[in-house]
Amino acid sequence: MKIKQIAHLVLVNFRNFFREPGALFWSFAFPVAMAWVLGIAFSGSPEKKYKVFLSGDSTFQKIFPSASATGFTQKIGTGSGTSAQVEFLPASEKTLTDALKKGICVLYIDLKNGQPVFHYDPGNSEAVTLYLMLERELSIHANRPVYVTEKITMKGTRYIDFLIPGLLAMGVMNSCVWGISWYLIELRMKKLLRRMVATPMRKSSFIISHFVTRLLLTSFESCILVLFSWLFFGIQMTGSFAALVLIYLSGILAFGGIGLVLASRTQSTHVANGLINAVVLPMTIVSGIFFSYQSFPEWMIAIIKVLPLTLLSDSVRAIFNEGAGLPEVLLPCGVLTGLGVVFYLIGLKIFKWY
Amino acid sequence: MKKILVEINGVEKSFKDIKAVKGIDLVIQEGEFLGLLGPNGAGKTTLIEIIEGIQQPDKGEIRILGKGWKQQAEELHRTIGLALQETKFMDKLSVKETLQMFASFYELDNARIEEVLDLVNLQAKKKSYTVNLSGGQRQRLALGVALLHKPKILLLDEPTTGLDPAARREVWNILEKLKREENISMILTTHYMEEAEFLCDRIVIMDQGKFIAQGTLQELITGYSEGEIIEFSLEQPMLQDPQQVIKGVRSVHWDAPLRRGKMTVESISKTLPLFIQYLTEHNLTLAELECRKMTLDDLFISMTGRKLYEN
Repeated sequence: MKIKQIAHLVLVNFRNFFREPGALFWSFAFPVAMAWVLGIAFSGSPEKKYKVFLSGDSTFQKIFPSASATGFTQKIGTGSGTSAQVEFLPASEKTLTDALKKGICVLYIDLKNGQPVFHYDPGNSEAVTLYLMLERELSIHANRPVYVTEKITMKGTRYIDFLIPGLLAMGVMNSCVWGISWYLIELRMKKLLRRMVATPMRKSSFIISHFVTRLLLTSFESCILVLFSWLFFGIQMTGSFAALVLIYLSGILAFGGIGLVLASRTQSTHVANGLINAVVLPMTIVSGIFFSYQSFPEWMIAIIKVLPLTLLSDSVRAIFNEGAGLPEVLLPCGVLTGLGVVFYLIGLKIFKWY
Repeated sequence: MKKILVEINGVEKSFKDIKAVKGIDLVIQEGEFLGLLGPNGAGKTTLIEIIEGIQQPDKGEIRILGKGWKQQAEELHRTIGLALQETKFMDKLSVKETLQMFASFYELDNARIEEVLDLVNLQAKKKSYTVNLSGGQRQRLALGVALLHKPKILLLDEPTTGLDPAARREVWNILEKLKREENISMILTTHYMEEAEFLCDRIVIMDQGKFIAQGTLQELITGYSEGEIIEFSLEQPMLQDPQQVIKGVRSVHWDAPLRRGKMTVESISKTLPLFIQYLTEHNLTLAELECRKMTLDDLFISMTGRKLYEN
């Protein structure tokens, strides 16, 4: 063994690592920032909050002594270390399904002749956790009721129904932001961008070509995902196709614009990697792609709701699961298009062709 | 009287606190091949970029075929063909597809693409991805792209830097052929003296943002500093200045630590015997000796005291 050689190579590796600002950011700052954001959502401060909907007869006092007919809040899991505030709300069938589709609640209790039936999707880890906490709470109760669980199977309310529209929206974002900015930066690094603008090529043709390319590619990608989830999970789109087309177009415009801005002055793909991730990753996590953003604090939800990815994924989800049509998506379409135009103008203004 | 293609009057350009181009006048006529030489940082690339239209001069005026960049950018783009230093293309696009892309910007047809493939000798490679091309082939493709729309002026920024002599020669032959057969003008920046000598009718030497000499190679060498060069190194230190003691020596550059000297002399055949005689008389031993004609590099050193290119 050549200890000195190994030691020196380790030193060289360290130098390379610490002299790359991007690497430092991703290794140290980013995980801490993410932990902080997710920590706010799922732990610590001060307690997790869940909404559980109740349906059936209104004899919940048998299970929860503090229950009232208009809804009540109960602290559960106080003995186990991880406690949570659960808001129990009586609900009609309609509000219940709506809430499930939007991810506002992940579990509901149906009470039939004094016997609680827990409805949730075992595929959703958040619902499983909540169920386990509720189960524990009830089992230490004096008059422990006999309860059963039932898997949620109604189309549009399962976890997969929540997930697929989110994945479609994420696909649009990734394809546009990564696709456009990476490509443009590479062309700039090769000085090919400079070579191309030295011809009579119109800059607008060049930019439009990227939007069109992304439109075709994302449509194709989405078709494959939808086809797959239709075949395997029986996912169906209940809303209007025209609304879906419209929201896709505005989503591509918005994320294409973001891609253009990110690429406008970036000189190397090393820097781009960090820059793009810094924009894309937080949105992927907070915008309700994999889990609902309802458990973030109120003030954060207000911000999250206007993030482009949230606007897109909420709309796509509404079109797939809630039968949304053109009127429901007009506002998010307008906002996304507006964002797209603003980013496009900024991007073009500060874009460095050489 | 030949037509004037490019006319530059009193052009100045600064970047932050550096003055890159300090008042330059230049006229290029139809069919003229101009070589632009100078050390790194002399302002060559800035000047090329001003002609190319991607830099605006702070002062002065540039007109191409009597037109300015602000008013007739698209027309000027059609007049100029451009090949940059070490151009890279889209990796997974073939040679022909790359030419087709650029042809679409000029609205040219396939026949022209075939012509250009012949011209730059890339017919055999037209289906290859550009990533698989050699340096010389890639530079020839860059030249092909520059020539697609039959430009009147060709701007070449170090077109053969980094190429091996054979590949360089192939680029030269293409340019030479263009010069003979088409009525094209060219501005070329280069690191290679032979390149300027082989291709250019006129050579401009640039230093610190200014032209310090111009003319044909012959004019430059005879007009600015006549003479020939004797370079030598010695085993022992030299104690006297040869200029004082040997007839016909014009100037001496003596590097004491390396014991290396360079003399500019009126005539090698007259001065060399005297120099050898001097060495024998003083018991000095020659380690190396080289006699040659003056080059542009020598001229540059004699004008500025610095080397034209460090290598």
